[in-house]
Amino acid sequence: MENNNILNLKDLNVYYGAFRAVKDINLNIQKNKITAFIGPSGCGKSTVLRSINRMNDLVEGTKTVGEIIFQDRNIYNRNVDAVSLRKQIGMVFQKPNPFPKSISDNITWGAKINGYKGDMGQLVEESLKSAALWDEVKDKLDENALRLSGGQQQRLCIARTIAVKPEIILMDEPASALDPIATLKIEDLMKTLSKDFTIIIVTHNMQQASRISDYTAFLMTDENRSGHLVEYNRTSKIFINPKNKQTEDYISGRFG
Amino acid sequence: MKPGNKAGLFEKDLSKTLLIKELLIKGLLNFFAVISISVTMGIVYILSVEAFLFFSSGEVSLWEFFSSTEWQPVINKFGILPLLNSTLMTSLIAMLVAGPLGIFAAIYLSEYASDNFKARVKPILEILAGIPTIVYGYFALTFITPFLKNIFGHEVVDVYNTAAAGIAMGILIFPMIASMSEDALSAVPSGLKQAAYGLGATKLEVSTGIVVPAAVSGIMAAFIVGLSRAVGETMIVALAAGAGSNFTFNPFRSAETMTGYIARISGGDIGYDTVDYNSIFAIGIFLFLITLVLNIISQKIIERYREIYD
Repeated sequence: MENNNILNLKDLNVYYGAFRAVKDINLNIQKNKITAFIGPSGCGKSTVLRSINRMNDLVEGTKTVGEIIFQDRNIYNRNVDAVSLRKQIGMVFQKPNPFPKSISDNITWGAKINGYKGDMGQLVEESLKSAALWDEVKDKLDENALRLSGGQQQRLCIARTIAVKPEIILMDEPASALDPIATLKIEDLMKTLSKDFTIIIVTHNMQQASRISDYTAFLMTDENRSGHLVEYNRTSKIFINPKNKQTEDYISGRFG
Repeated sequence: MKPGNKAGLFEKDLSKTLLIKELLIKGLLNFFAVISISVTMGIVYILSVEAFLFFSSGEVSLWEFFSSTEWQPVINKFGILPLLNSTLMTSLIAMLVAGPLGIFAAIYLSEYASDNFKARVKPILEILAGIPTIVYGYFALTFITPFLKNIFGHEVVDVYNTAAAGIAMGILIFPMIASMSEDALSAVPSGLKQAAYGLGATKLEVSTGIVVPAAVSGIMAAFIVGLSRAVGETMIVALAAGAGSNFTFNPFRSAETMTGYIARISGGDIGYDTVDYNSIFAIGIFLFLITLVLNIISQKIIERYREIYD
């Protein structure tokens, strides 16, 4: 495996109250690559994803043990500010969730709170172009974003995330609520974006993982329902020549 | 369907007892529904008839009623403006108190307070709204007015004044505004908040930049319902705002409101069929129209706001 790590997960454990949702995860995420987390429901892949930008902090009763090293620091150190961390590690959610504001306000809101001083019009255009949405909305930037279709809304959410210029974009099943055509658009977009951003995606869809990701992590639950990492490798290796029997069973559709 | 029934599975049970029972229950429920509607219609009818008598008495024209700034029934002067003015003043003062208090309390409860705290405080807010309004009236008279006198001077502030009544009314309606606004804020989908946090927003930025704007129609509806409550509130203004109409914009002067006047006249010893007596129905129907319009507006706002997240 190449050594261009942007993020190192070291013995990561996440608890919801007394329940250990995620057990001893060790992972190195490669810069400017797409990494997919796959695994059956409840295997903790979303929990791992949400611990990377500390979104789990917002859930009462969550406890995180272990380290996530980003820019030479453990993001769970007491002196790390979760708010400014999230400016560098953005997130796109399962259900498109644009703000009930105009299309351009959706883009500029994040930039404004982060003290962006540049030209807002230019930022809106650039972000929408990067998210392959510009041509569809350039004539209605003042319209409410909730009027867009689901696929357009999701690309707007991606544009909104890009506008803050993060290093890493986390995507939690970003296409699972969309139709196949909208899904393809999102997948194409992710390919393009990986030139400038590191992308980590959680997906239920194994074809999707094999189509778009460079690396794949397969997670499973153990007898205590705790999620753990079974295998992590280049996507081509995971799908063609998995080392672990469980991985092979899962990707060949024997369970899950 | 009873297992022993000989009829087929999809056939109606047409036995008489069941049919009669169904009809009886339906009729009974219908009857109660009709009662509640006819009572409302009865009230509107009485108000209209008596108001018509008032305007057809020849003592006052509609134009004079709405334009004259004098309300002196003794000398046949029936201009509603002084009463309307003091109603609007007390309501405005009440909203100045209840609006900010209500919205900040709502933001705190929905965004900052723990679930545990919220579960304990919300019922207390609702109890506050259940205190008899006459108690608030005493409170205005015996606490707020002396308090205002101490601050602004004993000569400046009358014993009865619209400021004290308005402030007490504000305290009365603030829990209602807080509770309704809190409902609106809590109804904002958590996905929106998560998205905002994901962009690196602080709690304050999420609350003020995303949650409040997304709930703004619900909050506006709460304000309008609060305003409509203030316009119709009687006991506090009857006790603390003073008796006798007074066309003034000074909140420290005594000035009777529409409701205050109705309460005083209907409780007094004025005979039926006098113009004075009929005048309270003219005021009543006007008051009814104001609150009706306010309630319709708030309904419309709530309807529009429900559409957004469907």
